[in-house]
Amino acid sequence: MRFERREEVSVSALILAPLGAVLAALVLCAGLIAMAGVSPWTAYAEMLRGAFGSRLAVTETFTRASPLILTGLAAAVAFRARLWNIGGEGQFYMGALAAAALGHSVLIGWPLPLAWAALAAAGMAAGAVLLLVPALLRLRFGVDEVVTTLLLNFIVLLFVGLMVEGVLKDPMAFGWPQSVPVAAGLRLPDLVPRSRLHVGIVLAVVVVLVVWLVQSRTVFGAETRAAGLNPRAAAFAGVPITATLVKVALLSGGLAGLAGAIEVLGPVGYVTTTLSPGFGYAGIVVAMLAALHPLGVVAASVFVATVFVGADAMSRATGVPSFIADVIMAVALLAMLVALLFTTYRVRR
Amino acid sequence: MNAGAVLELEGITKRFGALVANDDVTLSLQKGEVLALLGENGAGKTTLMNILFGHYAADAGEVRVEGKPLPSGKPRAAIAAGVGMVHQHFTLAGNLTVLENIVIGSESLWKLGMDREGAERKIRALSVQFGLPVDPAARIGDLSVGERQRVEILKALYRDARILILDEPTAVLARPEAEQLFTILRGMAQGGLSIIFISHKLHEVMGASDRVVVLRGGKVVAERATGQTNAAELAELMVGRAVARPKRAAHEVGAPVVVAEGLSVSSGGGMALDRVRFEVRAGEILGIVGVSGNGQAMLGRVLSGLARPDAGTITFDGRDISRITPREAVGLGIGRVPEDRHAEGVVGDLAVWENAVLERLRDFARWGFVRRRAAEAHAAGLIARFDIRGAGPATRTRLLSGGNMQKLILGRNLAAGPRFLLANQPTRGLDEGAIAAVHQELLMARAEGAAILLISEDLDEAVGLSDRLQAISKGRLSEPIAAEAVDARRLGLMMAGVWETRDAV
Repeated sequence: MRFERREEVSVSALILAPLGAVLAALVLCAGLIAMAGVSPWTAYAEMLRGAFGSRLAVTETFTRASPLILTGLAAAVAFRARLWNIGGEGQFYMGALAAAALGHSVLIGWPLPLAWAALAAAGMAAGAVLLLVPALLRLRFGVDEVVTTLLLNFIVLLFVGLMVEGVLKDPMAFGWPQSVPVAAGLRLPDLVPRSRLHVGIVLAVVVVLVVWLVQSRTVFGAETRAAGLNPRAAAFAGVPITATLVKVALLSGGLAGLAGAIEVLGPVGYVTTTLSPGFGYAGIVVAMLAALHPLGVVAASVFVATVFVGADAMSRATGVPSFIADVIMAVALLAMLVALLFTTYRVRR
Repeated sequence: MNAGAVLELEGITKRFGALVANDDVTLSLQKGEVLALLGENGAGKTTLMNILFGHYAADAGEVRVEGKPLPSGKPRAAIAAGVGMVHQHFTLAGNLTVLENIVIGSESLWKLGMDREGAERKIRALSVQFGLPVDPAARIGDLSVGERQRVEILKALYRDARILILDEPTAVLARPEAEQLFTILRGMAQGGLSIIFISHKLHEVMGASDRVVVLRGGKVVAERATGQTNAAELAELMVGRAVARPKRAAHEVGAPVVVAEGLSVSSGGGMALDRVRFEVRAGEILGIVGVSGNGQAMLGRVLSGLARPDAGTITFDGRDISRITPREAVGLGIGRVPEDRHAEGVVGDLAVWENAVLERLRDFARWGFVRRRAAEAHAAGLIARFDIRGAGPATRTRLLSGGNMQKLILGRNLAAGPRFLLANQPTRGLDEGAIAAVHQELLMARAEGAAILLISEDLDEAVGLSDRLQAISKGRLSEPIAAEAVDARRLGLMMAGVWETRDAV
């Protein structure tokens, strides 16, 4: 058995790959569920019901999907340029901190649209700066950004802990380690009344469309693709590699930061060290399942959110630990990597 | 079946998608014979040898070694049957020694120790027997290309190969090294080994083989005893029609366009370029000849805007261009054909139209958005004007053959009518048909008044196209001499760094 490179990667293969990967993950995890003594059919049915079975469930699933769309997009734009940003989690928290700090008091009295724009910009800037440093280290000294961005996540989480216990600590929270809240007037409006679903998801989808347009139609998008696919040829043709990658880093870090800011301005209202249930890391899975395509990111985010929200309900109903959600994610990611191999290579005997 | 044949290929067919790389190929190799497999790029030579060695599985047909069929798709079975392969791109680990590279893969994984003395004795014996001097303790990274090739051959012999396959063995060698290699191969054949070498260079095939099999479009089109044919016949068989490289016509040369003065670049402790001086005039081709690795690459990088000189100036119409960026070069009307078209010339996974406009994306954009229709029309124009075959604007560039890829690169540079064109190894690895096309384009650009700097290791090409020639050796450039004044001996000396200035032009 050996692999031969395909001449062309078909569009249908790129759509079938993630579906196949998800299916494979569900089949493999069915074995684990069965080992826990529960019928996989029951478990998966409970999971679907938990994610879409009621008005509350649906709104929860989409509330969960909105930050994932942005962190997934952040990973996708970076990976496309071969910038391995594993630091979405840290960038998310920096964006969240910036929004909470400014949204608590500084911007009170500003006209609302302007205040929101400023808060979004602050969140993006905070995330962007956090990725800019590893990107420059890589471009200047060849420091592997996988290591630096990954480790920065832990540093940022400790920094968040320092802030919510110190400078930004909410004095009204009965000693709980949480940050000062965003002023009530600055919170993003709900999309569906009496739910946590807010306009953030609309914003996320708009951002996806803009990024898609930029990537596929603009000079910047074309240069980014060239630089990612063959940096030497791109440099020869006059694409400024360093400047292009810096712009990509700012965009990627900015998107993850924006996710954090929206999470604070929307459903949560303040920052804690458990604000993110791994949105940054799940964003990597989302990006891979989307085959790095912006539109795919939306679909992949909804899937990931379904699994996480559904798994909680399923766990309550059947007793299968909700950790199964993490297992499904991990297996889906691995299956997707295998599936991507088959989209570019064929097996010959 | 053929009596006395050590190796037979029968009815080998291999398809890649719609492309038939090998179509019912049958050939045999006698003991002690040197067989040349001649064909243009894309004729299916390498595919055929990869099937023989088990890298690919054939769709139909059989390989027999000494009468016994070889299982398909198993390199280990081929090795065990006594087939050894020397790839065009070496498969050696640069951080290991010669001995380790040779032994790797033939030792059992489950053995803890390694019989170094035994291995070394065997390697030394082989290298004496076949005239392949090499130090078993040397690190591969420290060896020259020619020495590495010897290690590859020794690696095959160490595994008791009786049939040796060499894929384009001279592609990376300078001419003296190549001649030495063929002497060694002759000796091996006399010693009872059977050899197949793949080539598209006619003089090698004529000089070194007993028999020639010509492959065209995946089929065997002819088989000749080397003594009973000639280079002209083989060229015609290989291409399918008579090809002649175009000839340079005499014409008036204009004023200097590009002038380099005292250009020096240091690199890795040495001087890649050492006080280089040249001038290229409008309507002339200045040829830079030399053995690979003497500073040509750095000269190309500096003129392309990818490296900055430490000292000296380059002027273009009087303006200093020694520190320009690639984008500025394109904007000034400087055309650049890079040394390695796959690594630097094109982005293989982008479409032809994207590569066609990559250098001047901003000319094909409005408010930051690429005007795709205009860009595709431009690419379609290049395809038509420069006869780029097998491609539309939306084709993935990776799928083009080397010759058509080079025509695309030349086309995007020549379309704007450059004042100066840097052509760095423009025909390396191309077949005769494509070489003739590239030469034609270069000569047309010259006739239209472009100043062309041609860097080439192919002496026939350099002498045939250039008005004047300069040799490069250890980063230094000789004085220019007129192409009419050169002979093989003098050019050889110049490339070795020995030159005089009596008839500089």
